[in-house]
Amino acid sequence: MKQDIHAIEVHNLTVSYDGKPVLWDIDFNLDSGQIIGIIGPNGSGKTTSLKAIMGLLKPASGFVKIFGKSLDEVRDRVAYVPQRESVDWDFPASVLDVVLMGRSKSQNLFRRANKTDIGIALQSIEKVGLTEFKNRQISQLSGGQQQRVFIARALAQQADLYLMDEPFVGVDAATESAILELLREMKSNGKTVLIIHHDLQTVSDYFDYLVLLNTRLIAKGTPPEVLTRENLSNAYGGQLTLLSKIVDLIRQNEFPVREKGFDL
Amino acid sequence: MIWQSAIDFFSFKDPNVVYVLAGIIFINSSSALVGTFAYLRKRSLLADAVSHALLPGICLGFLFAGEKNMPALITGAFITGWISIYLIDLIVRKSRIKQDAAIAMVIAFFFAIGIVLLTYIQKHGNGNQAGLDHFLFGQAAAISKNDVWLFAVVFVVILLAVLLLYKNLVILSFNPDFAQSVGIPVRFIEFFLTSLTVLAIAIGIQALGVILISALIITPTATARMWTHHLKKMIVIAILISVFSGIAGAFVSYTRAQMPTGPWVVVILSFITFVSVVMAPKGLLRKFIVRRKNENKINDENILKTIFELKGFSEKEKMLVFSTVELTEKRLFDTKKLDAGLRRLIRRNLIQHKGNEFELTTTGKKEAARIIKLHRLWEQYLLKRTSIDTDHVHSGAEAIEHIITPEIEKELEKELGIEGIPEDDY
Ligand SMILES: Nc1ncnc2c1ncn2[C@@H]1O[C@H](COP(=O)(O)OP(=O)(O)O)[C@@H](O)[C@H]1O
Ligand SMILES: [Mg+2]
Repeated sequence: MKQDIHAIEVHNLTVSYDGKPVLWDIDFNLDSGQIIGIIGPNGSGKTTSLKAIMGLLKPASGFVKIFGKSLDEVRDRVAYVPQRESVDWDFPASVLDVVLMGRSKSQNLFRRANKTDIGIALQSIEKVGLTEFKNRQISQLSGGQQQRVFIARALAQQADLYLMDEPFVGVDAATESAILELLREMKSNGKTVLIIHHDLQTVSDYFDYLVLLNTRLIAKGTPPEVLTRENLSNAYGGQLTLLSKIVDLIRQNEFPVREKGFDL
Repeated sequence: MIWQSAIDFFSFKDPNVVYVLAGIIFINSSSALVGTFAYLRKRSLLADAVSHALLPGICLGFLFAGEKNMPALITGAFITGWISIYLIDLIVRKSRIKQDAAIAMVIAFFFAIGIVLLTYIQKHGNGNQAGLDHFLFGQAAAISKNDVWLFAVVFVVILLAVLLLYKNLVILSFNPDFAQSVGIPVRFIEFFLTSLTVLAIAIGIQALGVILISALIITPTATARMWTHHLKKMIVIAILISVFSGIAGAFVSYTRAQMPTGPWVVVILSFITFVSVVMAPKGLLRKFIVRRKNENKINDENILKTIFELKGFSEKEKMLVFSTVELTEKRLFDTKKLDAGLRRLIRRNLIQHKGNEFELTTTGKKEAARIIKLHRLWEQYLLKRTSIDTDHVHSGAEAIEHIITPEIEKELEKELGIEGIPEDDY
């Protein structure tokens, strides 16, 4: 599905902490209706790029447009899922409490959650399979369940663009495929999903489009375009031996066309 | 004597007592309210810095107004309190010094300046009569009618702010990045919340003193957290704890004239915390009881199992008779624990006396059979589902058999394809 307006346009983006750039002159355009992966080694600026897109960090230069507009104009169409470890899960709140946070909008700051909000929150909880835990304290959930709480909160936002920071970390294989199924369903409903991912084994299977980062933009494009030995060695450097194996693996399997099994 | 002062105190004969009580209720409720969010946002230590930083502000307010004028003092305190927060932030951002060190440095710096100013006022003016020295350790008795009005206004502002912004405060405390992503004005609310915190500390200084007031921000909330997982309940409990210790502390300090209030409030508060550590739902006492119960359960079940193993499974018809000697020969029992276990089993009617020996009752027999069944089920499960060594299977099951609930038992049976093992098997 091609559109004139990109879901995300990142122009010449540079972000630094204490003057040290961790993202440098990044440019990419992402079309809507896709599942997009941001990959790169640890500390390569993946989280930073998501935060910059979400306006949580002020870029040193460059700008970001979402659906052709500034973030503030389309904020309610964007849902952000931070890294799970970025919060203290010992916070006194239940699953439903956290998912209801997704119903908070800039226009309803002073309004309390109403029946509609609660209905949507419960639906979202159901979608991630946590209905039986809806009143459970979040501190008493497993890591994978906590991750699903975050995803449910994003679903409750009913956005068009979802930005998720490592949603597959700490989840078991069954949960991972359940989440993936959910993402594909979202895609088939025309949503755009941008995911930070670190497991190179699965990238070609999961994503329509990839952005490979290491402070600088190393490559962007479809998985076969991005996952070349040269690109990966540029991004990952020293850890090459393992990576070349993966590249060979990907070659051998000739990129399974994953559109099989579900239709748009 | 104590009773007489108690009657004096709580009959409000002395109008000052009413002001003191009302003042304490406003001060302590305010600090518990803002304290909840300071605690949830992990800013507890900052409250300590702020409280010490209020002292120079109070002294400057006094010098400026020329007398103990509460609004002037609080304005001064508010300003230096904010400066201390800004300074800590600045140090962390502009140097390699980490926040804990920055806080410690700022506390010492502001407190030192505060003491210098305080000494100056006492030497040069009427600081003693004004009771400025009360600001160190607090003197609730010094709360006047006008002070109460001021405290009430601050309390109402804080209460309204929390009620109005509740949803935002919760999201912000749990996940600030997310809060910002949905368009909550995080910067503004944080600024506002910090201002309210400084204000809450400032109004408490006279009653509690700069050195101890931060306990009112942190301790009630941290204690309330032990009792509940629900944020709203936690806030209410924190307020109750805070107000109770405030009144109790003020009372003690009232009955012993000249005794500062702050230390007493904090001692009482800490006592409540200590009791909570022991008594709260996941507290030490509960842990101790649960552990004891589990130990006893394991002990008793092992006794039953041993009886069964001892006497074989064939003698279904007659009751199984056994002696303690036989049991200890079969399995290494601690004599004391064995005796206690046998007594409990008799009470539960699973075994009974038979002369000098014991015998297993019918229910006891069933129970023993159940335990052995669980042991076997788990052994089978381990063998089937894991790659455990055969000679480790038994010891693995030895521990687990005591934990398995009826639901898990059913699941195990289903998993292993056994539709209730016929009892004859045992
Ligand atoms: N708040 C921060 N202050 C200073 N440096 C930071 C901060 N957050 C991240 N960094 C640094 O920026 C770089 C990129 O971090 P990040 O975007 O989290 O990487 P990734 O998500 O790809 O692992 C890392 O070197 C990290 O140490
Ligand atoms: Mg990251």
